[in-house]
Amino acid sequence: MSPISRGFHGRRREPAGDSGRVPPGQYVTEDFPVLSAGPTPHTATADWTFAIRQAGQTSKSWNWQEMRALPAEDVTVDIHCVTRWSKLDTRWQAVSIDTLLAQVDHEASYVLAFCDGGYTTNLPLADVTGGQAWLAYGYGGDALAPEHGGPARLLVPHLYFWKSAKWVRGLELLAEDEPGFWETYGYNMYGDPWREQRYAGD
Amino acid sequence: MAGTAVRGRLTWQVATVEAVRDEAPAVRTIELRAPDWAGHQAGQHLDVRLTAEDGYVAERSYSIASAPGEPVAITVERLEDGEVSPYLTEELRAGDEIEIRGPIGGYFVWDDSASGSPLLLAAGGSGVVPLRSILRHRARTGSTVPVRLLYSARSLPDVIYRTELDGYHDGVEVIFTLTRQQPPGWTGRIGRVSDAMLTEIAWPAGDATTAFVCGPTAFVESVAASLVRLGYPPPRVKTERFGGMGET
Repeated sequence: MSPISRGFHGRRREPAGDSGRVPPGQYVTEDFPVLSAGPTPHTATADWTFAIRQAGQTSKSWNWQEMRALPAEDVTVDIHCVTRWSKLDTRWQAVSIDTLLAQVDHEASYVLAFCDGGYTTNLPLADVTGGQAWLAYGYGGDALAPEHGGPARLLVPHLYFWKSAKWVRGLELLAEDEPGFWETYGYNMYGDPWREQRYAGD
Repeated sequence: MAGTAVRGRLTWQVATVEAVRDEAPAVRTIELRAPDWAGHQAGQHLDVRLTAEDGYVAERSYSIASAPGEPVAITVERLEDGEVSPYLTEELRAGDEIEIRGPIGGYFVWDDSASGSPLLLAAGGSGVVPLRSILRHRARTGSTVPVRLLYSARSLPDVIYRTELDGYHDGVEVIFTLTRQQPPGWTGRIGRVSDAMLTEIAWPAGDATTAFVCGPTAFVESVAASLVRLGYPPPRVKTERFGGMGET
Protein backbone atom coordinates (compact mmCIF):
# COMPACT_ATOMS: atom_id res chain seq x y z
CA MET A 1 0.00 0.00 0.00
CA SER A 2 1.52 3.27 -1.10
CA PRO A 3 1.58 6.07 1.47
CA ILE A 4 -0.58 9.06 0.56
CA SER A 5 1.55 12.06 -0.36
CA ARG A 6 0.05 14.74 1.88
CA GLY A 7 -1.02 17.72 -0.18
CA PHE A 8 -0.33 16.09 -3.54
CA HIS A 9 -3.18 16.36 -6.02
CA GLY A 10 -1.49 15.88 -9.37
CA ARG A 11 -2.19 17.65 -12.58
CA ARG A 12 -3.48 14.81 -14.78
CA ARG A 13 -2.12 16.43 -17.86
CA GLU A 14 -3.51 14.05 -20.45
CA PRO A 15 -5.68 16.13 -22.76
CA ALA A 16 -9.39 15.27 -22.71
CA GLY A 17 -10.28 12.71 -25.32
CA ASP A 18 -6.86 11.12 -25.32
CA SER A 19 -7.63 8.67 -22.55
CA GLY A 20 -6.87 5.23 -23.82
CA ARG A 21 -3.97 6.55 -25.85
CA VAL A 22 -1.63 7.37 -22.98
CA PRO A 23 -0.08 4.37 -21.21
CA PRO A 24 0.00 4.26 -17.40
CA GLY A 25 2.56 6.52 -15.73
CA GLN A 26 3.06 8.66 -18.86
CA TYR A 27 2.24 12.32 -19.47
CA VAL A 28 1.70 14.01 -22.80
CA THR A 29 4.21 16.57 -24.04
CA GLU A 30 4.14 18.81 -27.09
CA ASP A 31 7.91 18.98 -26.91
CA PHE A 32 10.28 16.44 -28.42
CA PRO A 33 12.83 15.73 -25.68
CA VAL A 34 16.23 14.23 -26.48
CA LEU A 35 17.90 11.51 -24.42
CA SER A 36 21.12 9.79 -25.43
CA ALA A 37 24.16 8.42 -23.65
CA GLY A 38 26.85 10.21 -25.64
CA PRO A 39 27.63 12.82 -28.27
CA THR A 40 25.35 12.97 -31.30
CA PRO A 41 27.02 11.28 -34.29
CA HIS A 42 26.82 13.09 -37.62
CA THR A 43 26.97 10.52 -40.39
CA ALA A 44 26.59 11.94 -43.90
CA THR A 45 24.03 10.15 -46.03
CA ALA A 46 26.85 9.57 -48.57
CA ASP A 47 28.61 7.42 -45.95
CA TRP A 48 25.49 5.73 -44.64
CA THR A 49 24.49 2.12 -45.16
CA PHE A 50 21.92 -0.11 -43.52
CA ALA A 51 22.91 -3.76 -43.17
CA ILE A 52 21.11 -6.92 -42.19
CA ARG A 53 23.59 -9.33 -40.67
CA GLN A 54 23.48 -12.96 -39.69
CA ALA A 55 26.26 -14.67 -37.71
CA GLY A 56 28.46 -11.62 -38.22
CA GLN A 57 28.07 -11.71 -42.03
CA THR A 58 26.21 -9.07 -43.99
CA SER A 59 23.27 -10.72 -45.74
CA LYS A 60 22.07 -7.56 -47.44
CA SER A 61 22.86 -3.88 -47.29
CA TRP A 62 21.47 -0.70 -48.76
CA ASN A 63 23.13 2.65 -49.29
CA TRP A 64 21.11 5.84 -48.80
CA GLN A 65 19.88 6.04 -52.42
CA GLU A 66 18.93 2.37 -52.45
CA MET A 67 17.02 2.72 -49.18
CA ARG A 68 15.20 5.84 -50.42
CA ALA A 69 14.22 4.03 -53.60
CA LEU A 70 12.28 1.45 -51.55
CA PRO A 71 8.53 1.92 -51.05
CA ALA A 72 8.06 4.61 -48.39
CA GLU A 73 5.22 5.15 -45.95
CA ASP A 74 3.88 8.16 -44.14
CA VAL A 75 3.32 6.92 -40.59
CA THR A 76 1.44 8.78 -37.84
CA VAL A 77 1.93 7.21 -34.41
CA ASP A 78 2.05 7.94 -30.68
CA ILE A 79 5.45 7.47 -29.01
CA HIS A 80 6.21 6.73 -25.37
CA CYS A 81 9.57 7.33 -23.66
CA VAL A 82 10.55 5.36 -20.57
CA THR A 83 11.36 8.70 -18.89
CA ARG A 84 7.56 9.17 -18.90
CA TRP A 85 6.78 11.56 -21.71
CA SER A 86 4.45 10.54 -24.49
CA LYS A 87 4.00 12.45 -27.71
CA LEU A 88 0.86 11.92 -29.75
CA ASP A 89 0.41 11.92 -33.52
CA THR A 90 4.06 12.10 -34.49
CA ARG A 91 4.43 11.90 -38.27
CA TRP A 92 7.32 10.06 -39.87
CA GLN A 93 8.52 9.19 -43.35
CA ALA A 94 9.83 5.68 -43.28
CA VAL A 95 10.48 2.32 -44.91
CA SER A 96 8.78 -0.66 -43.31
CA ILE A 97 11.13 -3.20 -41.73
CA ASP A 98 8.98 -5.81 -43.51
CA THR A 99 10.20 -4.37 -46.82
CA LEU A 100 13.82 -4.75 -45.75
CA LEU A 101 13.50 -8.24 -44.24
CA ALA A 102 11.64 -9.49 -47.30
CA GLN A 103 14.94 -9.31 -49.18
CA VAL A 104 16.73 -11.68 -46.77
CA ASP A 105 16.38 -15.41 -46.09
CA HIS A 106 16.46 -16.11 -42.40
CA GLU A 107 15.02 -18.11 -39.51
CA ALA A 108 15.70 -15.55 -36.79
CA SER A 109 13.53 -15.01 -33.72
CA TYR A 110 15.19 -11.83 -32.41
CA VAL A 111 17.05 -8.83 -33.74
CA LEU A 112 19.72 -6.60 -32.22
CA ALA A 113 19.72 -3.14 -33.77
CA PHE A 114 23.19 -1.61 -34.05
CA CYS A 115 23.99 2.06 -34.46
CA ASP A 116 26.61 4.74 -34.95
CA GLY A 117 28.09 5.53 -31.54
CA GLY A 118 27.92 1.90 -30.44
CA TYR A 119 24.32 1.87 -29.20
CA THR A 120 22.39 -1.39 -29.49
CA THR A 121 18.90 -2.55 -28.54
CA ASN A 122 17.18 -5.92 -28.76
CA LEU A 123 13.72 -6.75 -30.09
CA PRO A 124 11.76 -9.90 -30.89
CA LEU A 125 11.44 -10.40 -34.63
CA ALA A 126 7.67 -10.56 -34.16
CA ASP A 127 7.77 -6.93 -32.95
CA VAL A 128 9.61 -5.54 -35.96
CA THR A 129 7.46 -7.31 -38.55
CA GLY A 130 3.78 -7.21 -39.46
CA GLY A 131 3.67 -3.47 -40.10
CA GLN A 132 4.80 -2.55 -36.57
CA ALA A 133 8.29 -1.15 -37.20
CA TRP A 134 10.05 1.16 -39.61
CA LEU A 135 13.36 2.63 -40.65
CA ALA A 136 12.49 6.33 -40.34
CA TYR A 137 14.41 9.00 -42.24
CA GLY A 138 11.93 11.88 -42.14
CA TYR A 139 10.03 13.62 -39.36
CA GLY A 140 7.09 15.90 -40.04
CA GLY A 141 8.11 16.11 -43.69
CA ASP A 142 11.70 17.21 -42.98
CA ALA A 143 14.93 15.26 -42.85
CA LEU A 144 15.31 13.60 -39.45
CA ALA A 145 17.57 15.84 -37.34
CA PRO A 146 20.79 14.27 -35.97
CA GLU A 147 19.77 14.80 -32.32
CA HIS A 148 16.59 12.84 -33.01
CA GLY A 149 18.49 10.00 -34.65
CA GLY A 150 19.10 11.20 -38.19
CA PRO A 151 19.96 10.34 -40.84
CA ALA A 152 17.77 7.37 -39.91
CA ARG A 153 16.42 5.69 -36.81
CA LEU A 154 14.33 2.70 -35.97
CA LEU A 155 10.67 3.44 -35.23
CA VAL A 156 8.91 0.83 -33.09
CA PRO A 157 6.13 2.89 -31.52
CA HIS A 158 4.37 0.11 -29.60
CA LEU A 159 7.44 -0.31 -27.33
CA TYR A 160 9.18 2.27 -25.12
CA PHE A 161 11.11 4.64 -27.34
CA TRP A 162 14.61 3.48 -26.37
CA LYS A 163 13.84 0.49 -28.61
CA SER A 164 13.50 2.95 -31.54
CA ALA A 165 17.27 3.14 -31.86
CA LYS A 166 18.73 6.43 -33.12
CA TRP A 167 21.44 6.51 -35.80
CA VAL A 168 20.62 2.91 -36.66
CA ARG A 169 22.91 1.20 -39.17
CA GLY A 170 21.46 -2.25 -39.26
CA LEU A 171 19.92 -5.29 -37.66
CA GLU A 172 21.74 -8.41 -36.51
CA LEU A 173 19.39 -11.38 -36.84
CA LEU A 174 19.60 -13.75 -33.87
CA ALA A 175 18.18 -17.06 -32.73
CA GLU A 176 18.26 -16.05 -29.05
CA ASP A 177 17.44 -12.79 -27.30
CA GLU A 178 20.50 -10.74 -26.31
CA PRO A 179 20.41 -7.58 -24.18
CA GLY A 180 21.33 -4.34 -25.90
CA PHE A 181 22.85 -1.22 -24.34
CA TRP A 182 20.19 -0.03 -21.87
CA GLU A 183 18.95 -3.57 -21.31
CA THR A 184 22.41 -4.43 -19.96
CA TYR A 185 22.05 -1.56 -17.50
CA GLY A 186 18.83 -2.87 -16.02
CA TYR A 187 16.17 -1.70 -18.43
CA ASN A 188 13.50 -4.17 -19.48
CA MET A 189 14.29 -6.72 -22.21
CA TYR A 190 10.92 -6.09 -23.90
CA GLY A 191 9.66 -2.63 -22.87
CA ASP A 192 5.87 -2.66 -23.31
CA PRO A 193 4.58 0.77 -22.18
CA TRP A 194 1.06 -0.56 -21.58
CA ARG A 195 2.44 -2.99 -19.00
CA GLU A 196 4.93 -0.40 -17.67
CA GLN A 197 7.91 -2.64 -18.42
CA ARG A 198 10.48 0.02 -17.65
CA TYR A 199 13.12 -1.97 -15.78
CA ALA A 200 14.20 -5.59 -15.45
CA GLY A 201 11.54 -7.56 -13.64
CA ASP A 202 8.69 -5.08 -14.31
CA MET B 1 29.76 0.96 -24.78
CA ALA B 2 29.49 -2.55 -23.37
CA GLY B 3 28.46 -2.73 -19.73
CA THR B 4 28.22 -5.24 -16.98
CA ALA B 5 24.89 -6.88 -16.49
CA VAL B 6 23.02 -5.56 -13.48
CA ARG B 7 19.55 -6.94 -13.74
CA GLY B 8 17.83 -7.23 -10.42
CA ARG B 9 14.20 -6.39 -9.91
CA LEU B 10 13.62 -2.82 -8.77
CA THR B 11 10.91 -2.64 -6.18
CA TRP B 12 9.27 0.42 -4.64
CA GLN B 13 10.22 1.24 -1.10
CA VAL B 14 9.01 3.84 1.35
CA ALA B 15 11.54 6.51 2.27
CA THR B 16 11.12 9.14 4.95
CA VAL B 17 12.19 12.71 4.39
CA GLU B 18 14.97 13.39 6.86
CA ALA B 19 15.55 17.01 5.90
CA VAL B 20 14.98 19.49 3.10
CA ARG B 21 17.45 22.23 2.22
CA ASP B 22 17.08 25.12 -0.20
CA GLU B 23 20.08 25.26 -2.52
CA ALA B 24 19.13 28.09 -4.88
CA PRO B 25 15.89 29.76 -6.00
CA ALA B 26 13.45 26.93 -6.80
CA VAL B 27 16.06 24.25 -6.08
CA ARG B 28 15.83 22.00 -3.03
CA THR B 29 17.78 19.04 -1.74
CA ILE B 30 15.72 16.28 -0.14
CA GLU B 31 17.58 13.95 2.19
CA LEU B 32 15.91 10.60 2.66
CA ARG B 33 16.01 7.80 5.18
CA ALA B 34 15.61 4.65 3.09
CA PRO B 35 16.29 1.54 5.19
CA ASP B 36 15.92 -0.82 2.24
CA TRP B 37 18.22 1.09 -0.12
CA ALA B 38 20.79 -1.33 -1.55
CA GLY B 39 23.30 1.37 -2.45
CA HIS B 40 24.12 3.19 -5.65
CA GLN B 41 26.96 4.34 -7.86
CA ALA B 42 27.95 7.97 -8.39
CA GLY B 43 25.92 9.35 -11.29
CA GLN B 44 22.86 7.08 -11.10
CA HIS B 45 19.25 8.20 -10.70
CA LEU B 46 16.11 6.97 -8.98
CA ASP B 47 12.38 7.11 -9.50
CA VAL B 48 10.03 8.94 -7.14
CA ARG B 49 6.35 8.01 -6.85
CA LEU B 50 3.70 10.27 -5.33
CA THR B 51 0.18 9.07 -4.56
CA ALA B 52 -2.78 11.45 -4.20
CA GLU B 53 -5.63 10.73 -1.79
CA ASP B 54 -7.82 9.51 -4.63
CA GLY B 55 -5.16 7.03 -5.74
CA TYR B 56 -3.80 9.13 -8.61
CA VAL B 57 -0.09 8.38 -9.03
CA ALA B 58 2.74 10.36 -10.62
CA GLU B 59 6.31 9.17 -11.07
CA ARG B 60 9.46 10.98 -12.16
CA SER B 61 13.19 10.27 -12.29
CA TYR B 62 15.78 12.33 -10.41
CA SER B 63 19.54 12.16 -10.26
CA ILE B 64 20.95 11.03 -6.94
CA ALA B 65 22.84 13.89 -5.29
CA SER B 66 24.63 11.95 -2.56
CA ALA B 67 27.72 9.76 -2.83
CA PRO B 68 27.64 5.97 -2.62
CA GLY B 69 27.52 5.07 1.06
CA GLU B 70 25.80 8.30 2.07
CA PRO B 71 22.07 8.50 2.83
CA VAL B 72 20.09 8.86 -0.39
CA ALA B 73 19.45 12.46 -1.38
CA ILE B 74 18.02 14.09 -4.48
CA THR B 75 18.20 17.71 -5.56
CA VAL B 76 15.15 18.89 -7.46
CA GLU B 77 14.65 22.00 -9.56
CA ARG B 78 11.09 23.29 -9.75
CA LEU B 79 9.79 23.40 -13.30
CA GLU B 80 7.16 26.01 -14.12
CA ASP B 81 4.95 23.49 -15.83
CA GLY B 82 5.92 20.56 -13.63
CA GLU B 83 3.57 18.19 -11.87
CA VAL B 84 5.92 16.56 -9.39
CA SER B 85 8.76 19.06 -8.95
CA PRO B 86 6.55 21.84 -7.45
CA TYR B 87 5.35 19.36 -4.82
CA LEU B 88 8.86 18.18 -4.00
CA THR B 89 10.30 21.68 -3.79
CA GLU B 90 7.42 23.47 -2.05
CA GLU B 91 5.19 21.05 -0.16
CA LEU B 92 7.31 18.13 0.99
CA ARG B 93 8.81 18.44 4.47
CA ALA B 94 10.76 16.44 7.04
CA GLY B 95 8.84 13.45 8.29
CA ASP B 96 6.83 12.97 5.08
CA GLU B 97 7.02 9.66 3.28
CA ILE B 98 7.53 9.16 -0.44
CA GLU B 99 8.16 6.06 -2.48
CA ILE B 100 11.39 5.55 -4.36
CA ARG B 101 12.98 2.83 -6.42
CA GLY B 102 16.42 2.49 -7.85
CA PRO B 103 19.22 2.91 -8.45
CA ILE B 104 18.71 3.25 -12.20
CA GLY B 105 21.25 3.67 -14.98
CA GLY B 106 24.73 2.26 -15.10
CA TYR B 107 26.45 4.11 -17.92
CA PHE B 108 26.66 7.67 -16.61
CA VAL B 109 28.59 6.50 -13.53
CA TRP B 110 32.07 7.05 -12.23
CA ASP B 111 34.40 5.22 -9.93
CA ASP B 112 38.14 5.48 -9.63
CA SER B 113 38.83 1.81 -10.26
CA ALA B 114 39.12 2.12 -14.03
CA SER B 115 42.15 4.40 -14.23
CA GLY B 116 43.83 7.39 -12.72
CA SER B 117 42.95 9.45 -15.76
CA PRO B 118 41.73 12.99 -15.18
CA LEU B 119 38.05 13.70 -15.04
CA LEU B 120 36.18 16.49 -16.77
CA LEU B 121 32.75 17.37 -15.45
CA ALA B 122 30.54 19.83 -17.30
CA ALA B 123 27.25 20.96 -15.78
CA GLY B 124 24.49 23.13 -17.14
CA GLY B 125 22.19 24.37 -14.35
CA SER B 126 20.80 21.53 -12.25
CA GLY B 127 22.87 19.13 -14.37
CA VAL B 128 25.39 19.54 -11.57
CA VAL B 129 23.44 17.10 -9.36
CA PRO B 130 24.90 13.74 -10.50
CA LEU B 131 28.31 15.41 -10.86
CA ARG B 132 28.13 16.43 -7.21
CA SER B 133 27.65 12.75 -6.36
CA ILE B 134 30.84 12.01 -8.34
CA LEU B 135 32.78 14.77 -6.56
CA ARG B 136 31.65 13.58 -3.12
CA HIS B 137 32.48 9.99 -4.05
CA ARG B 138 35.95 11.03 -5.13
CA ALA B 139 36.50 12.85 -1.84
CA ARG B 140 35.10 10.02 0.29
CA THR B 141 37.24 7.37 -1.37
CA GLY B 142 40.42 9.42 -1.16
CA SER B 143 40.84 9.36 -4.92
CA THR B 144 43.61 11.58 -6.25
CA VAL B 145 42.23 11.76 -9.78
CA PRO B 146 42.46 15.38 -10.94
CA VAL B 147 39.05 16.84 -11.65
CA ARG B 148 37.82 19.97 -13.36
CA LEU B 149 34.19 20.95 -13.04
CA LEU B 150 32.97 23.52 -15.52
CA TYR B 151 29.61 24.71 -14.26
CA SER B 152 27.42 26.98 -16.37
CA ALA B 153 24.73 28.82 -14.40
CA ARG B 154 22.52 31.81 -15.14
CA SER B 155 23.84 33.82 -12.20
CA LEU B 156 25.79 33.30 -9.00
CA PRO B 157 22.65 32.89 -6.84
CA ASP B 158 21.52 30.13 -9.23
CA VAL B 159 24.63 28.06 -8.47
CA ILE B 160 23.62 24.90 -6.61
CA TYR B 161 25.93 23.58 -3.83
CA ARG B 162 27.95 26.79 -3.99
CA THR B 163 29.45 26.61 -0.52
CA GLU B 164 30.34 22.96 -0.96
CA LEU B 165 31.88 23.56 -4.39
CA ASP B 166 33.88 26.53 -3.10
CA GLY B 167 35.32 24.24 -0.43
CA TYR B 168 36.96 21.81 -2.84
CA HIS B 169 40.72 21.85 -3.34
CA ASP B 170 43.42 19.17 -3.58
CA GLY B 171 43.04 18.29 -7.21
CA VAL B 172 39.54 19.63 -7.77
CA GLU B 173 39.14 22.83 -9.77
CA VAL B 174 35.69 24.35 -10.03
CA ILE B 175 35.19 26.90 -12.81
CA PHE B 176 31.92 28.81 -12.97
CA THR B 177 30.67 30.53 -16.06
CA LEU B 178 27.70 32.87 -15.59
CA THR B 179 25.52 33.26 -18.65
CA ARG B 180 22.95 35.95 -17.77
CA GLN B 181 24.07 38.01 -14.86
CA GLN B 182 27.38 38.55 -13.11
CA PRO B 183 27.89 40.21 -9.72
CA PRO B 184 29.89 43.46 -9.58
CA GLY B 185 33.59 42.73 -9.77
CA TRP B 186 33.08 39.20 -11.16
CA THR B 187 36.42 37.99 -12.44
CA GLY B 188 35.23 34.53 -13.45
CA ARG B 189 34.03 33.38 -16.80
CA ILE B 190 31.07 34.86 -18.60
CA GLY B 191 28.76 33.41 -21.21
CA ARG B 192 27.88 30.03 -22.59
CA VAL B 193 30.43 27.27 -22.81
CA SER B 194 32.21 27.60 -26.15
CA ASP B 195 34.91 25.76 -28.07
CA ALA B 196 37.34 28.46 -26.96
CA MET B 197 36.40 28.07 -23.30
CA LEU B 198 36.70 24.29 -23.47
CA THR B 199 40.04 24.53 -25.24
CA GLU B 200 41.34 26.35 -22.16
CA ILE B 201 39.58 24.31 -19.50
CA ALA B 202 39.25 20.74 -20.77
CA TRP B 203 42.11 18.34 -20.17
CA PRO B 204 44.01 17.62 -23.37
CA ALA B 205 42.28 14.91 -25.38
CA GLY B 206 45.38 12.74 -25.20
CA ASP B 207 45.10 12.34 -21.42
CA ALA B 208 42.50 9.56 -21.67
CA THR B 209 40.12 11.85 -19.84
CA THR B 210 36.55 10.79 -19.34
CA ALA B 211 34.05 13.62 -19.60
CA PHE B 212 30.65 13.63 -17.90
CA VAL B 213 28.29 16.21 -19.36
CA CYS B 214 24.90 16.84 -17.80
CA GLY B 215 22.32 19.55 -18.34
CA PRO B 216 19.59 20.71 -20.67
CA THR B 217 19.67 19.24 -24.16
CA ALA B 218 21.07 22.33 -25.89
CA PHE B 219 23.93 22.55 -23.35
CA VAL B 220 24.80 18.86 -23.63
CA GLU B 221 24.61 18.81 -27.43
CA SER B 222 26.89 21.83 -27.66
CA VAL B 223 29.46 20.74 -25.05
CA ALA B 224 29.62 17.13 -26.25
CA ALA B 225 30.10 18.27 -29.84
CA SER B 226 32.86 20.68 -28.75
CA LEU B 227 34.68 17.92 -26.87
CA VAL B 228 34.55 15.65 -29.91
CA ARG B 229 35.97 18.51 -32.00
CA LEU B 230 38.77 18.84 -29.44
CA GLY B 231 39.64 15.22 -30.04
CA TYR B 232 37.78 13.45 -27.23
CA PRO B 233 36.73 9.99 -28.46
CA PRO B 234 32.90 9.85 -28.34
CA PRO B 235 32.89 6.80 -26.01
CA ARG B 236 34.73 8.92 -23.42
CA VAL B 237 32.07 11.62 -23.48
CA LYS B 238 29.19 10.45 -21.32
CA THR B 239 26.04 12.50 -21.42
CA GLU B 240 22.83 12.88 -19.50
CA ARG B 241 20.24 15.19 -21.01
CA PHE B 242 17.17 16.73 -19.48
CA GLY B 243 15.25 16.78 -22.74
CA GLY B 244 12.97 19.63 -23.65
CA MET B 245 11.28 19.61 -20.29
CA GLY B 246 12.14 16.29 -18.68
CA GLU B 247 11.89 16.33 -14.93
CA THR B 248 15.11 14.44 -14.39
